[in-house]
Amino acid sequence: MGNGLARGEGVSVVAGGRSGWAARRLRLSAGLWRRPWLRAVALLTPPAAWFVVIYLAALVALFVSAFWALDPLTSKIVHSWTFDNFTQIFESSTYRTIAFRTIGIAAAVTLTCAVVALPFAYFMARIASPRLRTILFVVILVPLWVSYLARVYSWKLILAQDGLLNWTLDKLHLPNAGVAYSSWAMWIVFSYVWLPFMILPVYAAMERIPDSYLEASSDLGARGWRTMRSVVLPLVFPGLVAGSIFTFSLTLGDFITPQLVGGGKQFIGNVVYGNVGVAGNIPFAAAYATIPMMVMAIYLVIARRLGAFEAL
Amino acid sequence: MATQAQAPAEPAAERSPAPDVRLADLRKTYGDVLAVDRVDLEVGQGEFFTLLGPSGSGKTTTLRLIAGFERPDSGSIELGGVDVSSTPPYLRDVNTVFQDYALFPHMTVLENVAYGLRVKGIARAERRQKAEDALRMVRLEGYGARKPIQLSGGQRQRVALARAIVNSPRVLLLDEPLGALDLKLREQMQIELKSIQNSLGMTFLYVTHDQEEALTMSDRIAVFNEGRIEQIGSPEEIYEHPATEFVAGFVGVSNVLEREGRRFTVRPEKIRMRPEEEPQSPGLESETGQVREVVYAGMITRYLVDLERGGELTVIRQNLETTSEQVLEERGRRVRLEWRPEHTFTIEAGRESHE
Repeated sequence: MGNGLARGEGVSVVAGGRSGWAARRLRLSAGLWRRPWLRAVALLTPPAAWFVVIYLAALVALFVSAFWALDPLTSKIVHSWTFDNFTQIFESSTYRTIAFRTIGIAAAVTLTCAVVALPFAYFMARIASPRLRTILFVVILVPLWVSYLARVYSWKLILAQDGLLNWTLDKLHLPNAGVAYSSWAMWIVFSYVWLPFMILPVYAAMERIPDSYLEASSDLGARGWRTMRSVVLPLVFPGLVAGSIFTFSLTLGDFITPQLVGGGKQFIGNVVYGNVGVAGNIPFAAAYATIPMMVMAIYLVIARRLGAFEAL
Repeated sequence: MATQAQAPAEPAAERSPAPDVRLADLRKTYGDVLAVDRVDLEVGQGEFFTLLGPSGSGKTTTLRLIAGFERPDSGSIELGGVDVSSTPPYLRDVNTVFQDYALFPHMTVLENVAYGLRVKGIARAERRQKAEDALRMVRLEGYGARKPIQLSGGQRQRVALARAIVNSPRVLLLDEPLGALDLKLREQMQIELKSIQNSLGMTFLYVTHDQEEALTMSDRIAVFNEGRIEQIGSPEEIYEHPATEFVAGFVGVSNVLEREGRRFTVRPEKIRMRPEEEPQSPGLESETGQVREVVYAGMITRYLVDLERGGELTVIRQNLETTSEQVLEERGRRVRLEWRPEHTFTIEAGRESHE
């Protein structure tokens, strides 16, 4: 205890001659300064509580209920352990098709966003003047202020059979595009709405490359394309993976766009939505919802293997 | 050149008669700022040529113009007699050692060094051999598998050097390559760079703001000021016969006096300092004054002396027999400064005088 006493004296020396309130505050801050673990606890308690109670608890509930069953007669949830839900998913070709469609379109959307974002981010980070760069930022970010629903509905109008797209094609004497209410429509709309989430991390990675790297590459005899392939692309790869995590997972979990422009072609989300709302089969919905989570987990492991998080 | 003319025809044919680098009336502006202003320059084969000047004097811009990272507003750049003013950097037979090294962080040391060879399509085995030879040259054998981030500053600097020389360019451009190193390492690398240049016989074009570095390493120096060349000459010429007041001040200490309408400079180590009451030595120029400041720097001591007839001079004395206490007592003393007339050099006032 002698040690503690000596510390207390030290504090009183520091706080000497101050009012009670100021002295208390000083004692508190000095106490925190001496005990780093206490600072860590104070800092982490609120977010940790939120994370455990709200976030993890919901996930655990989801996983647990995936192994429950629905009594076919009473439509009541039976709290017994069974793999029936998963068996049903893997044996039904309908559920398999929906899962593969969801993953396939999510992959196509990610690829499309990457292909569009790379040259765009390069132009923004390395060529555009500061003024033009600001304008481009606004152009990218302003759509995010508009409701997601409003943007999907506007695409619905554009892509409709008698919509803006076909009207324009008519005027140009070109054949109509039959993309309304199809997987093509979903691909176009998803690629549009998630593009900013790819551009921003790729831009951030692009901006971090010093000019001297590009100069060194060209100094050593590499033309533009070679520099792009051997220097720029490997260095923006972490940004590309970060962006792809957004575009892939956001597409994977969506059910509104398929409902509005998919023409009856369902996503995993639509099945989950239907089972929770109409059918009341929460155990099956939970089981089906674990599929995108598993896909995402595998995706993150591969991304880690590729070294995508080393630069973070 | 005479010995070359007598040599057999074969080596003479190998060496083109044109200088490795020729800049003619080169000009570059950034908006209103004149970065490089009518620079003329010739660098011979195998020369260690230094562009010396303060920051913003145009020396780095000149180097970047030669490398091709910037395009001149007017004037021409020739490499080995061929005008490359509109040639992109990847087609110019020069390589650059960057100030920040610019090593590719995602490649190993060996991949970095072999990059130029890989781009040129040289076979794997050969480029590996050459890259390892280059690493041996900079005394980094065995480091090939490491990533640049695992190396110290001095080692990165060597990798950057190896990456450039492995391509055997006509001219090696070095942009303040030792700027980020500490003094000891810098002095060691100066000697190493010079010996590498000697053994390769490669033309080095070296940019620095460090006058001592320039004097130590160079065959010839071009002193830059405000986008222009003030003087080109050997280290001895630059130091002992500075052509302008700027050169006198930038290379060494600015010891400029004006007497009877003549402006001249005398180097601080050439001045003898004695007590005022001692008689004037015959044949020497002499001035009296008072010591205003004494700076003890270990090996030497610097004295700043206010002269009776106006102006001030810096005097450097070796601490041959004096201690720090003794030299610091000199502050405020009245002294007589003497120097040989042949150690003074008349200088032009500045740029205006040679226009």
